Amino acid sequence: MAQIMLKNIEKRFKQEKVIEGLDLTIEDGSFTVLVGPSGCGKSTTLRMIAGLEQQSDGQIWIGDRCVNGIEPGKRNVAMVFQNYALYPMMTVKENIEFGLVNRKMPKAEREKVIREITEIVGLADYLHKKPQALSGGQRQRVALARAMVKSPAVFLMDEPLSNLDAKLRSQMRTELIQLHKRLGATFVFVTHDQVEAMSMGDRIVIMDKGRIQQADSPMQIYDDPDNLFTAQFIGTPPMNIVTRSKAVEAWDYQVDESVHHIGFRPEKAVMTMDKKAAVGKLHIPARIVTRETLGAEIIYQLESTVGTFYVKSFLKPLETAVEVNVSVSYTDLFYFGQDGQRVRALEPTEVQERLVIAGGGYA
Amino acid sequence: MTLWSRLRPYVMVAPSIAIFSIFFIYPIFYMIYLSFFNWDFINPVKEFVGLDNFTELFRNNEFLQVLSNTLNYTLLTVSLSIVISLFLAIWLNREGTWYGIVQGALFSPHIISLVSVSLVWMWLMDPQFGLLNWLLQLVGLPKLEWLSSPDSSLLSLVLVAVWKGVGYNALIFIAGLQSIPKDMYEASALDEANRLRTFYKITLPMLSPTLFFLIIINLISSFQVFETIAIMTKGGPVNSTNTLVFYIYEYGFRYFKIGYASAAGVVLLVVVGLLTLVYFKLLSRKVHYQ
Repeated sequence: MAQIMLKNIEKRFKQEKVIEGLDLTIEDGSFTVLVGPSGCGKSTTLRMIAGLEQQSDGQIWIGDRCVNGIEPGKRNVAMVFQNYALYPMMTVKENIEFGLVNRKMPKAEREKVIREITEIVGLADYLHKKPQALSGGQRQRVALARAMVKSPAVFLMDEPLSNLDAKLRSQMRTELIQLHKRLGATFVFVTHDQVEAMSMGDRIVIMDKGRIQQADSPMQIYDDPDNLFTAQFIGTPPMNIVTRSKAVEAWDYQVDESVHHIGFRPEKAVMTMDKKAAVGKLHIPARIVTRETLGAEIIYQLESTVGTFYVKSFLKPLETAVEVNVSVSYTDLFYFGQDGQRVRALEPTEVQERLVIAGGGYA
Repeated sequence: MTLWSRLRPYVMVAPSIAIFSIFFIYPIFYMIYLSFFNWDFINPVKEFVGLDNFTELFRNNEFLQVLSNTLNYTLLTVSLSIVISLFLAIWLNREGTWYGIVQGALFSPHIISLVSVSLVWMWLMDPQFGLLNWLLQLVGLPKLEWLSSPDSSLLSLVLVAVWKGVGYNALIFIAGLQSIPKDMYEASALDEANRLRTFYKITLPMLSPTLFFLIIINLISSFQVFETIAIMTKGGPVNSTNTLVFYIYEYGFRYFKIGYASAAGVVLLVVVGLLTLVYFKLLSRKVHYQ
């Protein structure tokens, strides 16, 4: 099995630096998801691990060897491509077999491995069909099987689910998670879809503009974002962000100068009819603009003096009033500095909140 | 339905049907008709001779040699031109100013008139004063007879045809190569396929429609070679470069044996038709269309 280490990786295309100073350790046997907006360098990072792209600087280690200069086929990795990259002129079996034949695996052994793997991914009946006769989901399975037969230490997946329809996608998501448990190999999965990242990864690496913004477990990233970018990238709808100056002006909210943005999650906000602020809570008068009814949850878009923001409510009847008051507990607020980084030290904690209840204030 | 709406489709295709019939269908049938007659173009009376023209054709050793010349010329030209242009295309299929310039240079023979090409090559291949022999001498090799010896004349014509055709073929091959998705090569790199295996298992099958197309158009055009022969050799020396179309031309428009020439035309039609048919039957199943 193999741990992957990227040490001070830099990637330039011509003059343009797309990745700079990237340090990342992907634990052995983890399901790591690289996520970020398009152009953030996540695919490039994956392709550098595969050896399809050469890093301009830095070292890549897979297991206990540095793979700089080692060709893709010799890195003990397998890759699943976004559009599967199946060989259209070969049958399903030939597609799966190609890598094994190139490795000169004996025929009997080959047949056995192929039988096992196609059984697992449910392709046994399609072995002699050409890829073009298969549906999107089946092609996806062929691509997976082709990766699996090589029993690599690392599976690299470049947005493999983005060409599937919504239903199939969620089905494949669960199957991939099960597959990961079963194989115990290291999975590195690239996606731009935060839902995919949250639901599949046991570790998420959020990237933006060629830099890692945060690498952590999904819930840790959600509950404790390091910066504005991750706070707004993860979560639907994203975290509501208000600039300090507006907050000071509209809510008479006192906060240190070094805090530039204040944020809160849409589900932490509660709509009330109370005109008066509750103790220890931020009070925001607002007007409901749109209502998205998704079933168990409802998402409201509201308009207030500090701009538009979202409120998400669970298992509650639809709010029909137009003018409402939104209250957010002070402890649910996140502070961000000028550079977008969290200012954890200044955020209100429970202890401080009790002080507020007791009649005190805080700077 | 009004009369017009029913007629409209036919009226729309009528012009092309008319042109096709007058210039393609009618001449073919007229040629077949003429092949059963003795006629000299001028005499108002055509003498019906049945299959005599055909029997005469196949008893004539000259015609048999013409047939074999044509086949040799075609096989050599097509195979050489396809193989060379495929390798050129693989070599030239990359970014860079120089590759673009070489591509353009290779393609330029295709747009030059065959008459000029023939004249230039006649001069190049002149045994006494030609540039080619001068070059051969320069590197210490013996002079060649080129077009003036029956041993090398057909090969010399093949050389000209390959030189003229390679640029066009390479261009089509490059277009074909560029339509092969890049990730196909990435997948094969991850599958540990070496370069040779990648070529045979990925590039060639993915290129098969292009290959199929180029071979058939090259086959047909080589079979109908005329200009270079008419200008450079007139079928000689000793009939060594006489091919079907030139033979037909000579009998039709120099000796005015229209019936006999038509019979040879029918043979050409049948040979090319059969060749195309066999080619499609044999190979079209091996071609992979995406």
